[in-house]
Amino acid sequence: MQPFTRVTTPIVPLPREDVNTDDIIPARYLKGTDKRGLAQGLFARWRYRDDGTPDPTFPLNDPRYAGARILLTGANFGSGSSREHAVWALTEWGFRAVLAPSFADIFYNNAVQNGLLPARLAPDAVAALFAWVEAHPGAAVTVDLVDRQVRLPTGEVYAFDLDPFARERLLEGADDLDYLLRHLPQVEAYERRWGK
Amino acid sequence: MTPPRTLFDKVWGAHVVYQAPHAPAILYIDLHLVHEVTSPQAFAMLRARGLTVRRPDRTVATMDHSTPTTSLDLQAADPQARMQLQTLAHNARHFGVRLYGLGHPQRGIVHVLGPELGLTQPGMTIVCGDSHTSTHGAFGALAFGIGTTQVGHVLATQTLLMRKPKTMRVTFSGRLRPGVTAKDMILALIARIGTHGGRGHVLEYAGEAVRSLDMAGRMTLANMSIEAGARAGMIAPDDTTFQYLAGREFAPQGPAWEQALARWRALPTDPGAVFDREVHLDVGDLEPMITYGTTPGMAVPITGRVPDPDRVPEPAQRRLLHKALRYMGLRPGQALLGQRVDWVFVGSCTNGRLEDLRQAARVLRGRKVAPHVRMVVVPGSETVRRQAEAEGLDRVFRRAGAEWRYAGCSLCIAMNGDRVPAGHYAVSTSNRNFEGRQGPGARTFLASPLTAAASAVEGRLADPRRFLA
Ligand code: SF4
Repeated sequence: MQPFTRVTTPIVPLPREDVNTDDIIPARYLKGTDKRGLAQGLFARWRYRDDGTPDPTFPLNDPRYAGARILLTGANFGSGSSREHAVWALTEWGFRAVLAPSFADIFYNNAVQNGLLPARLAPDAVAALFAWVEAHPGAAVTVDLVDRQVRLPTGEVYAFDLDPFARERLLEGADDLDYLLRHLPQVEAYERRWGK
Repeated sequence: MTPPRTLFDKVWGAHVVYQAPHAPAILYIDLHLVHEVTSPQAFAMLRARGLTVRRPDRTVATMDHSTPTTSLDLQAADPQARMQLQTLAHNARHFGVRLYGLGHPQRGIVHVLGPELGLTQPGMTIVCGDSHTSTHGAFGALAFGIGTTQVGHVLATQTLLMRKPKTMRVTFSGRLRPGVTAKDMILALIARIGTHGGRGHVLEYAGEAVRSLDMAGRMTLANMSIEAGARAGMIAPDDTTFQYLAGREFAPQGPAWEQALARWRALPTDPGAVFDREVHLDVGDLEPMITYGTTPGMAVPITGRVPDPDRVPEPAQRRLLHKALRYMGLRPGQALLGQRVDWVFVGSCTNGRLEDLRQAARVLRGRKVAPHVRMVVVPGSETVRRQAEAEGLDRVFRRAGAEWRYAGCSLCIAMNGDRVPAGHYAVSTSNRNFEGRQGPGARTFLASPLTAAASAVEGRLADPRRFLA
């Protein structure tokens, strides 16, 4: 997994609340058996028109945000299904961080497992960022995990919140599995004690 | 003396293997359920890292999401779905995991199967790569959905890393009136606390109205905990729970049953235990509920009206509602009763159990589905299908003009070929009315099996109470 320290790229604004994982990737894209090709289905219902052509009004199709690796969105992002495909689709597309006032629990954890930073900002910070992006579309901002800050080229700084354990994983690009495997002797002791 | 503890605290405490300071807990998992959609990448990870399934005896797999419902032949699945099903069969064989594959007489939706076989038991920790794993909490288990990476962690170590969630008690007082069900209770709760009202919490459903539900109703309630944003939902086990489990294939037998009972009876929340939050709902006046929008929280009594977005003070909520009504093609202020319906789906892990099918059949017996309505009934498991057929429910459905299918998720998620056409209105007993959930452009009303069947007969959204006289 790619370690995360800081990224500097434009932001794509997705001003919607309650974006669920069916929105992020509809179920018909879940029939594969690996993690590849999922970016094709990312936000498919909004990105494409009924005839399959790109909808120019959807932010991901807007050339002003080309190369953006940071997604800015509303509260409760990633609710609904547990599908990790939602995170894989976002990371395959190139996203490194999602900024939102809040995330659904399972999505939040899935993101951290895949090196995608789910940064929780205060609701008024998110509102200010939306306004800023609208005024400076395509301008690069820095999301810094070391200092837990979003920094704008115009000087504003917004702090974000992240579980310290998750932060360490992201900084190291490390995996929970190594941690769990190191503790297998404790698991065996637990099983003996409880007769499991 | 130990301080009073909640049901959740007891189950959590008995499963923490190890916790380093400031780190999440390593939580032991008693039962790991697996299905075809969220497992292939986890098994691939095991192979890539040279790992095995640590406890195949605590791992059970089924096929449900992408299985056809018109045939039990793998060839009936589309090529991609077939590949996914074959991959699960191959992984189960390779890693020694018990599989309820296509054609197995007990195969079913993962959250119908576990309880039905007696695999789901009070006090357990249960996970699955599926958000509706919360269903199993109806038995007093701590059960929750996980992502595929964590499926891999549990396969490899039988544990996962987790921070202790907070607790919220939801007390349903009063008695349900006839025609009002567990589905209506949970829709009313989500309408009240919102789709992220439960975020970060494990809910405990308590109160008279919960105690008097049968296990099917309790599972409906726990099933939709995730739609309130909660990590899990639990119900204290009692005699209703024990009677349900007694004699089931994987439930403890003989002296082990007596020992288990003693353990299970100690699980309920101690008097005086403190929850982080408390919510109270009186269900005495509750009516059958129906959703009108694109989140399960957008729900009103069936006799109610579509709300007016312009009266919503909060801008983000107002936008969301505008968007939902545009998608649904509904007008602010319009009555829900009488709204045209094109499809009716009875099934899913929310309402696809025998008791749910009985309810739908109760309304349909001796009646006909309206000519312009297509009604599809999909049992939650092959066991449910056989039981329903033994009672003649299949004949009630067929005579009324409904389709009777093999078990699976089907129209709940529309990834197996079953789908509602764009623009059509469906009353569905499932749990999600998201945009496109039942097919691109499909418009979903969530409701109970009673309301679904009544609406099928009228061809319009209908109040089931009129059919129960
Ligand atoms: S019935 Fe629906 S909600 Fe339940 S497991 Fe299947 S797809 Fe998920």
